[in-house]
Amino acid sequence: MSKSITAKNLNVYYGDFLAVEGVNIEIAAKSVTAFIGPSGCGKTTFLRTLNRMHEVLPGARVEGELLLDDDNIYGSGVDPVTVRTMVGMVFQRPNPFPTMSIRENVLAGYKLNGARMSRSKADEIVETALRGANLWNEVKDRLDKPGSGLSGGQQQRLCIARTVAVKPDVILMDEPCSALDPISTLAIEDLISELKKEYTIVIVTHNMQQAARVSEKTAFFNIAGTGKPGKMIEYADTTTIFNNPSNEQTERYVSGKFG
Amino acid sequence: MSSDESQSSGQTLQTRSGRRTRSSEATGNSLASGDRAGAGLDRGFAGLARFAGIGILIILAFVAFFLVYNSWGAIYHDQDGQADSASFHIGEFISHAWPLVIGTLIVSVIALLIAAPVAIGVALYISHYAPPRASRSIGYVIDLLAAIPSVVYGAWGMTFLAPQLVPLYNWLNEYLGWIPIFGGSPSPTGRTIITAGVVLSVMVLPIITSVCREIFIQTPKLHEEAALALGATRWEMITMTVLPFARGGIISGIMLGLGRALGETMAVVLVLSSGPIAWSIIQSGRHDTIPSNIASNFPESREGSVHWHELIAIGLVLFVITLLVNMLARWIVSRHKEFSGAN
Repeated sequence: MSKSITAKNLNVYYGDFLAVEGVNIEIAAKSVTAFIGPSGCGKTTFLRTLNRMHEVLPGARVEGELLLDDDNIYGSGVDPVTVRTMVGMVFQRPNPFPTMSIRENVLAGYKLNGARMSRSKADEIVETALRGANLWNEVKDRLDKPGSGLSGGQQQRLCIARTVAVKPDVILMDEPCSALDPISTLAIEDLISELKKEYTIVIVTHNMQQAARVSEKTAFFNIAGTGKPGKMIEYADTTTIFNNPSNEQTERYVSGKFG
Repeated sequence: MSSDESQSSGQTLQTRSGRRTRSSEATGNSLASGDRAGAGLDRGFAGLARFAGIGILIILAFVAFFLVYNSWGAIYHDQDGQADSASFHIGEFISHAWPLVIGTLIVSVIALLIAAPVAIGVALYISHYAPPRASRSIGYVIDLLAAIPSVVYGAWGMTFLAPQLVPLYNWLNEYLGWIPIFGGSPSPTGRTIITAGVVLSVMVLPIITSVCREIFIQTPKLHEEAALALGATRWEMITMTVLPFARGGIISGIMLGLGRALGETMAVVLVLSSGPIAWSIIQSGRHDTIPSNIASNFPESREGSVHWHELIAIGLVLFVITLLVNMLARWIVSRHKEFSGAN
């Protein structure tokens, strides 16, 4: 199921502006990788290139190679829609579809494939996905209520269930806990450590403790100044990044001297 | 902070609260505030807003009163020429009114059937497909359509559009003539109720388009991205997020368009060659609408005559229809409030 991601000399542009420069990274399958760094350093931009979501902004383009296992995500003839069914995404703010019930939210991605399914099959998918997101027990009695009626943390887990339901190979998370309270954050972090048994997970976070708690490898991004491109400074095991970084900028960032 | 500064700031505080202290002397409560500088303006604006709000109700009440008061004469009046024989003539009025009501509804429905899908398509193109520069100029052209006076539309419909549609009516009659609405002998001039509907559809297009466009643009980026990240194509993203989000707005836009179509007078007067009601919508000299009927007959009716009262009463009927349409629209919009995205 899960796949690895390899970036080779990846440059990300918005029009003529070089936003992220020269990223080389290998993300192993069934692992959790955290991207940390100060605001505006390009970590979210880079994350969004992994499922071509940055293309929603006009003028966004990429140079270099980005491989999902062995297939180039930016190869000619590759439809971004196909990429996104394989590389799912969870956003900073929980965004369940407000016009849909909890059940419909979970099935939303599934229905896109045009797959006709029996009610029992749909029920099974909903239950599996919601159990997978540790949400089943909280919502099983109100599956037909709108998803927007849940608490923030529950909404975010609903979004994860919605992403998991389509069985992607990789799940990207863009600061998934930044809008949540500590208890909900803990629930999501527990969930991440369960999800990594089946999925490759890449998470952007501002919270260094969170990176240290959930991830196996960490990439530190930094920016030289406003208008300059963001760069990946260091990529190593999480323990190395936090305890014994080889780069001086990383050391200063993880010890809280800037950022 | 130096002692000088603290002293001076203490003084300003005193002078500023000076006015306040005066008014609160009676109660001894320093928090009980008297007049503030903004309060007069504040109250003034509140009054103005209240006046405007009540004013609109008063105007509506006057119009409604005028219509109801003068409609009475249409159903309760003397026999022709015979005094002291006043009696109810409800049946007479209904037989006069219902063809006009049907005609008005037919023309409005035709206009909306054509305009609504086109308007939604144009609005989607402007909000989600067109490059920014193109979308601006298209939006401008659409708004320009709204600026054209209805008499110009009428003249265009009568002299240009109607003859162009004659072959279409012949075709409809030849192949679909077995359906009653395309039966009879098709109009040689094209001045039929369906032509009037087409002209009206162009007239209501801008209002529906601009309402839809405004709503479509407001769809939260967050939800659009959620759909895209699940692997939705652009069209799937629109059906999953934009259209459900905009549902209420689309209905409001269509109802606004319907309001305009129901009340449109001049274009219908010019385009439609009116007459009694018929099944066929491709014959001329058939059908009439309420506003066009009033406009054509009002100047010739003597004030206070039965005919005059009838025209006012049919106006009241249109007023009620419009009211019902609006209430229906509000009901439809509010029915799905829970899922509207407002919460």
